[in-house]
Amino acid sequence: MSVSPVAPFQRKVGGAASKFDRLGRRKIWSLSMKILSAGAVAVVLTPLFLVIYQAILLGGSVISFSFFTSLPPLACSPQPGVSCAAGGVANGIQGTLIVVGLASLIAIPIAVVAAIYLVEYDVRRSGSIVSFAADVLTGVPSIIVGMFIYAILVIYYPQIVFSVVAGSFALAVLMIPIITRTSEEALRTVPHSMREAALALGIPKWRTSLQITLVAALPGVVTGCLFGVMRAAGETAALLLTLFGSQRFFQGLTEPAAALPLQIYVYGTSPYLNWQQLAWGATLVLIGLVLVLSVISRLVLDRLARRMRGG
Amino acid sequence: MRVENLSACYAEKRAIEAITLDVPDRSVTAIIGPSGCGKSTLIRCLNRMHETTPKARVEGRVLLDGEDIYQLDPVRVRRRVGMVFQRANPFATMSIYKNVGAALRFDGGHGRAEIDRAVIRSLQQAALWDEVKDRIDSPALSLSGGQQQRLCIARALTAQPEVLLMDEPCSALEPIATAKIEDLIFDLKKEYTVVIVTHNMQQAARVADRTAFLYLGKLIEVNATRELFERPKETLTESYITGRFG
Repeated sequence: MSVSPVAPFQRKVGGAASKFDRLGRRKIWSLSMKILSAGAVAVVLTPLFLVIYQAILLGGSVISFSFFTSLPPLACSPQPGVSCAAGGVANGIQGTLIVVGLASLIAIPIAVVAAIYLVEYDVRRSGSIVSFAADVLTGVPSIIVGMFIYAILVIYYPQIVFSVVAGSFALAVLMIPIITRTSEEALRTVPHSMREAALALGIPKWRTSLQITLVAALPGVVTGCLFGVMRAAGETAALLLTLFGSQRFFQGLTEPAAALPLQIYVYGTSPYLNWQQLAWGATLVLIGLVLVLSVISRLVLDRLARRMRGG
Repeated sequence: MRVENLSACYAEKRAIEAITLDVPDRSVTAIIGPSGCGKSTLIRCLNRMHETTPKARVEGRVLLDGEDIYQLDPVRVRRRVGMVFQRANPFATMSIYKNVGAALRFDGGHGRAEIDRAVIRSLQQAALWDEVKDRIDSPALSLSGGQQQRLCIARALTAQPEVLLMDEPCSALEPIATAKIEDLIFDLKKEYTVVIVTHNMQQAARVADRTAFLYLGKLIEVNATRELFERPKETLTESYITGRFG
């Protein structure tokens, strides 16, 4: 007769039947937790898939090469005998790229340098206050940021209230706290021993921060920057009051311009069928843009991380 | 090198007090003592690493070739006084070559050929060249613990310091790796002045020419190693050596 590892338990609870009960109950519990977790994941992913599905359903028909190259059409609803032009969102794509690009150019250097300061040169007190402030700012409603930029410009530079410059600054204000916080966390994960090793070699502190610590934390910092960019790409409220929107291509930094989220909002809530369809198409394009950005960022990050592990 | 009346503290806590110590050139000086006696603090004061800790303060002088290092630029000081830490800390994201060459690569103004020569020389001096010469571009973390520590020694030597400080360099290593490093120290003292902190008295007896015994932040006794171990002048020293405490 083989010795069973549960033999002691059998003796305690008095019989084989009880042993199976306890094990059985645990198995049922484990299984139900698994199902619950899977269910939770499904619930989380459902809105995403529903949105994509609906966008494809309602906007898929509009997507064509000309969709990416034409300007928005005149508003019209289809009537017998009158056909409506389909048009496109070329100016929206261009506008989004320009304004997000400019905002990144402003936000990323400021945010990363701020993160370096917080981690490397932190004077205890002010550091945690600044960190806390950044945390709070990440949650600021974007319409408030839009109002803020709008109000300042109305007072000091009324001629550029609605302009690419204004939109870029609004987006930058939204991006900086996110990038700062994620970069700060990434820099904090670099072990102190690495900084000490560099300092002990006679490498000055500023060089250590930039070329040793920052480089070691690069994957995390780049991720943070990408989070910021993706947030900016989808921003609508802040741009409503600053970029304003336009029917034409980019006219200059001090002129208003179009952006995809703005177009989705304006055309989507209009009573014209062709405009509504345009909005769905734009939705698809925006989702696609963010998706492509995520994929590229993952690839770049993987490449970066592999290059760093591989010396 | 000469330490004069050195005291150091972390925030309010005094770690070492009024230590005066001579470190002769081209020799190995060991610092021994029980845990918490201030050995690491003392050695970190010798290359101005102690002050990189927030709220740390230093009083007294440390003379290198007659100059007080606390009057000089700390970056310059750290190039003349190198350090090897308790746990090997190679730059994780860099290759062996980039690690060893770091002191020159991050200095600017050094050509590739010069850095190559320096890297080979350092690795040879650290007795690591033969083991890595075929894979000098592989990641530093691919080396074993003992090899990584020798890598850190090579890295410290690239800057051609006058003094090499070693803070318990073998405490995280197994006996064979330890023996290799002790042999290395024996070779290094022909060209460099070495100060080594160790909690292992046998190690001090093996490698050091002079040994200093610290207790609770004060220098109790310093003498030629054999003298200190065989004929200690202070009872405290004798108690520590014979294992009565620590």
